[in-house]
Amino acid sequence: MYKILLREDLVPSIHLFKVAAPVVAKKAKPGQFVVVRVDEKGERIPLTIADWDESEGSLSIVFMEVGTTTARLALLEVGSSIADFVGPLGLPTHIEKFGTVVCVAGGVGAAPIAPIARALKNAGNKIISILGARSKNLLFWEDRLRSLSDQLIVTTDDGSYGRKGVVTEPLKELLASEKVDRVIAIGPSIMMKFCAKTTEPFGIKTIVSLNPIMVDGTGMCGCCRVAVGGETKFACVDGPDFDGHQVDWDLLFARQRIYLDEEKCSFEQWQKNIQPEVKYGKVKS
Amino acid sequence: MAKLNLNRVEMPRQDPKVRGKNFNEVALGYSLEQAKEEASRCIQCVKRNCVDGCPVGVDIPDFIKAIREGDMPEAVRVLKSKNALPGICGRVCPQETQCESTCSLAKKGAPIAIGRLERFVADWERANMPKASPPQPAPTGKRVAVVGSGPAGLTAAADLVKLGHGVTIFEALHVAGGVLMYGIPEFRLPKEIVQNEVDYVASLGVKIELDSVIGKLVTIDEVLGNGYHAVFLGTGAGLPMFLGVPGENLNGIYSANEFLTRVNLMKAYRFPEYDTPVKLGKKVAVIGGGNVAMDSARCALRLGAEVVYIVYRRSEAEMPARREEVENAQEEGIQFKLLTNPKQFLGNEKNWVVGMECYEMELGEPDESGRRRPVVKAGSEFVIDVDEVIVALGTTPNPLIASTTPGLETSKGGTVMADEATGKTKKDKVWAGGDIVTGAATVISAMGAGKLAAADIDRFLRG
Repeated sequence: MYKILLREDLVPSIHLFKVAAPVVAKKAKPGQFVVVRVDEKGERIPLTIADWDESEGSLSIVFMEVGTTTARLALLEVGSSIADFVGPLGLPTHIEKFGTVVCVAGGVGAAPIAPIARALKNAGNKIISILGARSKNLLFWEDRLRSLSDQLIVTTDDGSYGRKGVVTEPLKELLASEKVDRVIAIGPSIMMKFCAKTTEPFGIKTIVSLNPIMVDGTGMCGCCRVAVGGETKFACVDGPDFDGHQVDWDLLFARQRIYLDEEKCSFEQWQKNIQPEVKYGKVKS
Repeated sequence: MAKLNLNRVEMPRQDPKVRGKNFNEVALGYSLEQAKEEASRCIQCVKRNCVDGCPVGVDIPDFIKAIREGDMPEAVRVLKSKNALPGICGRVCPQETQCESTCSLAKKGAPIAIGRLERFVADWERANMPKASPPQPAPTGKRVAVVGSGPAGLTAAADLVKLGHGVTIFEALHVAGGVLMYGIPEFRLPKEIVQNEVDYVASLGVKIELDSVIGKLVTIDEVLGNGYHAVFLGTGAGLPMFLGVPGENLNGIYSANEFLTRVNLMKAYRFPEYDTPVKLGKKVAVIGGGNVAMDSARCALRLGAEVVYIVYRRSEAEMPARREEVENAQEEGIQFKLLTNPKQFLGNEKNWVVGMECYEMELGEPDESGRRRPVVKAGSEFVIDVDEVIVALGTTPNPLIASTTPGLETSKGGTVMADEATGKTKKDKVWAGGDIVTGAATVISAMGAGKLAAADIDRFLRG
């Protein structure tokens, strides 16, 4: 069992848990993930690592409520425990001095991109970050990203905060106006695809962090297979970082939808079974 | 001399029509009377060929004699002195090619049903014997790390802890048991029995650390630097092989590892009570002819498939699956499409598999495995309608450990090189055994390798 040391509701539907996992914290690197199982009957889901503190023996994950597992996670409070917390898994993000790196984060992608930006900054890169969300009430870690970046651009789809529009617009302007050596894009798959499409004509290497469905997270099952450069790869052990220009995005989207019906059934079942007071939204604090 | 009794006592099984719809164990086990009757057929040979046929050297005639005399605690004692996991071996060992094949009565076509008797003793113990207090060997002060909690790891750990060494097992998944938990289905090996045997190993004093992916969380060198005097690698062969033909990434195409892990380990057959789903195909094709293929096909049937095919490129004679499992599958209505091999998978506009184009095959000259090589019949392509495919072509060792352990030599196929008699690898203080060394094989051969390595580790630690 892995105890929750701190809970922070970054926005109403996105939560940060700091979890006691001293050995994992010792090994974690930017870009890696953990596999989490809430309890005995839970499924195993991958969550990217948002931060860690070796001296405290803790590791932070950030997740958005999108289905049964994340909704069940969101019911946990400080002091309670998660059944399983396995990691660090996957290959770390490749860090070196590239020159100027643009870090693009969409939605919950702000969490995993922060330690990557920090490592790239420490390696001597100039960091320009673009943080995008659908709306102001889904934005978090603006300050943190600002402190890690030489420049930060914030966008919202509805214009409720920062620049109105999607992240690819400022990305394109940056690529046209200055020398960029690498782009890292993390967020919803569709956003990562369009970031890669935006950078492709400029020939700028673009790293994306893929999030296919996984079970074990150690290369055992092949559920997370993706096609990159025409070859089948397992995102859990060969990734999750891949060259965005080489990814077969349509295959990724299709495979992410395998269990849509079951996810709906599971969520309805769960809602039927939980206490009425926690049925729609948060547990009362 | 008494007349030989050649009437093997049959073991009751669930009716095929009933069992095809549930996940309960197919074989029901002997009653005490049946076990005594079968045991009484044993002629107690002076030269014990059956023991030579057992990879862990169980004193077979002795435990059978105890059953015949009705001394069940003695039967348990004899069996468990050599085999820490009898409830498992009695169910999944290929006795027909091991102890039973060397039984003196095998020549007469009616070997003693050693596997069924072993299973009976293990089940009797579980139901009737209070948990014995574990032996208290004198501690040696040495510590051994065992990586992987499948049959090889559990056996090595049990033997080492009985010799007084401090033993910790590191397991990557959230439960111990390895392939016994994630791979072999409930109806062939109930998980309660595996858990019981894992608990027994833990009761001997073995520490089990779950959720520990060695190679990621810590490396072997770090384990050795952390106060462990030796390491045993029993991480199995966990990496699924695919065909490499077009369309293999379509939705609805599983590796057998994924399908069985969802069903067995994650209990997807009880979705949505358990959160992990599995697709319920109506027309399911399983590619391959081994035990894993049979397990997958029979799981798909129990999940409600209307038709399940075994698609195998050779003929029934070459199938690596146990005879008994092939017969079980046939009885349950699994359809065998032999001398058939997929050319490509066909998908719809939403990336779901809808068909499988196959070649007819014929058998040519023997290949390196000694089996006749299947060759494509020109122009024989035909399409099978399917909505789910399970690829059960075998597995290779996961490179996670080998790639993070300098000095560990591996073969081209990814298996770890180790001495056959001792399990010693080329790396100082590191032993290996089971599928990680041999490639995918049997539970009992992994246990045998775990036993040999434990004995050699003990010699080293006392050296």
